Amino acid sequence: MKKILILGATSAIAEHCARLWAEQGQALYLVARNEDRLAAIASDLRVRGASSVDTFTLDLNDFDRHEEMLARADKSMGGIDIALIAHGTLSNQKECEQSVELTMQELRTNALSTISLLTLIANKFEGNQSGTIAVVSSVAGDRGRASNYVYGSAKAMVTAFASGLRQRFHNSNVSVVTIKPGFVDTPMTASSKKGIMWVGPDYVAKSIIKAIDARQAQKYTPSFWWLIMNILKIAPSAVVKKF
Amino acid sequence: LRVSGWGGYPIIDADLSNAATQEDLRKLLEATQPLIARGMGRSYGDSANHSVVAQTKYLDHFLELDTVNGTLKAEAGLSLREILRVLIKQGWFLPVTPGTSFVTLGGAIASDVHGKNHHLSGTFGEHVLSMRVLLGSGEVVTTSPLVLPDLFHATCGGMGLTGVILDATIKLIPISSSKISQKTIKSRSLEKSFRAFDQNFAATYSVAWIDCLKTGSSLGRSVLFLGEHAGREDLALSLKKPITVPIHTPAFLLNKLSISTLNASYYAKAINNRSKDVPLTSFFYPLDAIGGWNKLYGKQGFIQYQFVLPTEGGLSNMREILKEITKSGSGSFLAVLKKFGPTNKNLLSFPIEGYTLALDFKATSSNISLVQRMDEVVKDSGGRVYLTKDAVMKESTFKATYPKWQEFESVREKYGAIGKFASSQSKRLGLA
Repeated sequence: MKKILILGATSAIAEHCARLWAEQGQALYLVARNEDRLAAIASDLRVRGASSVDTFTLDLNDFDRHEEMLARADKSMGGIDIALIAHGTLSNQKECEQSVELTMQELRTNALSTISLLTLIANKFEGNQSGTIAVVSSVAGDRGRASNYVYGSAKAMVTAFASGLRQRFHNSNVSVVTIKPGFVDTPMTASSKKGIMWVGPDYVAKSIIKAIDARQAQKYTPSFWWLIMNILKIAPSAVVKKF
Repeated sequence: LRVSGWGGYPIIDADLSNAATQEDLRKLLEATQPLIARGMGRSYGDSANHSVVAQTKYLDHFLELDTVNGTLKAEAGLSLREILRVLIKQGWFLPVTPGTSFVTLGGAIASDVHGKNHHLSGTFGEHVLSMRVLLGSGEVVTTSPLVLPDLFHATCGGMGLTGVILDATIKLIPISSSKISQKTIKSRSLEKSFRAFDQNFAATYSVAWIDCLKTGSSLGRSVLFLGEHAGREDLALSLKKPITVPIHTPAFLLNKLSISTLNASYYAKAINNRSKDVPLTSFFYPLDAIGGWNKLYGKQGFIQYQFVLPTEGGLSNMREILKEITKSGSGSFLAVLKKFGPTNKNLLSFPIEGYTLALDFKATSSNISLVQRMDEVVKDSGGRVYLTKDAVMKESTFKATYPKWQEFESVREKYGAIGKFASSQSKRLGLA
């Protein structure tokens, strides 16, 4: 049985990961803002077969309580084997462009809070000499684009930070897995127009769990995004601006 | 967005939203009305079509499994397939299941679906212990056969027109095997098919496939499938991802010749009086193995047509209808016959005691008029058509064959549903 901490547990991607873990009989500790939704998800995971489910209601922008949350998760499950960091908001790019305050807020939610959590969890796992941290970044972090560069730059920070951590732990039993989903059909992306490149959160969840089990450094999901983003990363600005 | 039922006919433009929470659903209702709730869109006609559609796909949580009393509480958007995937291995099964597992709990209640055990176990709604319903006012109430019974009996089978079902507690049945022991009985005529149902009334599950292209003395020849839950302990279950029909196949591929060839080989292949154990999923959900089988009817879609005729006069009336179909030459790819048990208290529930036949036809104008001719025969014989499959019934036929429609309307009025919940179907059938 694995002891798994899920941050942003009401996100559709995180919830689908939790469902798969529940069916494997793992122990789960769920953290999110909305108490009612957490309760519904917790009951769901119990029926699906989780060996135990505990919850903690917390807005992860409340940095001061990160340590307390981690201590509680540790105590509740008797240790942590895997931490999945999946919370976030899809920034409204147009509104951010007009507001420094909103832009800072989005960076705080999507980058700084994650970095606080990564720091604390990494140190904890380093002390134990084991553990897997999986962090949900995004293809949007690979190159800033006009349509979503506020969200994208937050994710770029997360990607860079996680890759640094991974190098720091290269000689230890601690692994850091960076997940880069493409377009995922979830409540967070409800207002976006869907096309053939979209996948469901169940698809992404399966590949996240595979990547964690394999302790993969980085996982684009679906995999074709690896090719698209690598081309985009090296393409000259003169070309990229047209798309 | 274009929405339609599983039959692909009719198709309309609609605003479809996916509420992430029950609270979002309440806000949506406050902002836009009337609307209709939609689960997986597997009702065939236009009962989940409307200009505003609230899909329940994110309201899909198990809430409580009570293994002492054998009950399950779950949100309405949870699919029966997911329930079976999680519960069969724990030794539980649904007390009533329709012919596809790709329907939601809420949809199963709103359609008051029936299954192969209707003659003994009744409809899905008869196994609902209680449910929570979002009313037109935004208020959420709990209803059961004892609490607000009028609302309960209007909501079971009420096609989503009384409110939005949020969650429900249902009875489960314990099983020790994921297999069904199936027995096959061949009958050479309609009369013999009817007799076979009567002789096997004690069988837990019974359903017949019927060859509706045969004429003369072979009219109504059939293969009856009987089923019992297998006894030996084995709860292993494989729910494979269906093989998908990728595109609409040209409609002409399903014609009289191809269908009669298929029917003949199906009849020839069946072995009389043979018993064997089959996986529960292939016994109950044979078509679930083919994703998007509705596309086999081409882009114009198809009409599913299911009616029931009262036992009295059932044989001769069924013969009339089958003759009407063979005369038209419109073969139905699938024709399924079943004997129903007694009716229930739900106001718009479909089953009445008698014989039910389900058919499907390409949605062509000649088939639509065939269906309307059959409607007349069904009405005159005291029968009725299943609202979950209906796409073309006239208001007058509905009101003549569902005599409790006025009572249904007064319950809707009492609970503030009028003007808040409506579908293309409810408008066609003249409901307020």
